[in-house]
Amino acid sequence: MASQMKIKAKIKGDVTEVKALMTHPMENGMGKNKETGEVIPAHFIQNVTAKVGGNTVLTALWSGGVSKNPYLAFKFSGAAKGDKVELTWTDNKGATETETVEIE
Amino acid sequence: MIDAKRRILLKGSLAAGAVGMAIGAGLLTPRLVLAAWPEAAFNAQSVDDALKGLLGNAAHEPSDKIDLKAPDIAENGAVVPVTVETTLEGASSITLVAAGNMMPLVASFELGKGALPFISTRIKMGKTANLIALVKAGDKVYSASREVKVTVGGC
Repeated sequence: MASQMKIKAKIKGDVTEVKALMTHPMENGMGKNKETGEVIPAHFIQNVTAKVGGNTVLTALWSGGVSKNPYLAFKFSGAAKGDKVELTWTDNKGATETETVEIE
Repeated sequence: MIDAKRRILLKGSLAAGAVGMAIGAGLLTPRLVLAAWPEAAFNAQSVDDALKGLLGNAAHEPSDKIDLKAPDIAENGAVVPVTVETTLEGASSITLVAAGNMMPLVASFELGKGALPFISTRIKMGKTANLIALVKAGDKVYSASREVKVTVGGC
């Protein structure tokens, strides 16, 4: 899949830490085009879900107040090396991207 | 010959059917999820309205069990690193609010089964203001806040 998401998932003891970098303009709808002065329409990720083995460990609800090319780190327990973490985002225009990574 | 073609056609339509189902399922999920996006809370222009919209109540109690990490001075308001961690028992969600932003509610994280109460991300801050981290644990909402001085606003 031509996903532009970068994810790393590392386990230490029982705790897995996931670090993800997404590619998105995260326009909050208040910015203006410097040349034309036109308002740039809102375009941002509204929802990020993280699943491990079909179980949703995290649901993030975002506004355009999250920085461009969002970074997200979170932790969970109960997984093992080799398990897969699936991260999906959906933006306000309905676009979506999914990326899966193996816990190492 | 004709039989072979029929086989191929059958296989093809079966595969197309499976793809169609996958797309159908894929389309359904984000729609269901989007419905849960609390628009009123995110569009609210005051901290209280945002919290009422999101949590049903604007009340929160300061707690020293919430560790909110953010720079004292953020030179670039477009990228302010924030980390929230808590030792509160039974934390079910973590919410980030930038009080000085036009729309203060920045992000909310619902912790699922197995999730540890830890979140790290980067947010935009329009001007020097309080950054508030709210943690819902049981029926109560606890908070920690700190002022972040913003040199160049990033909203």
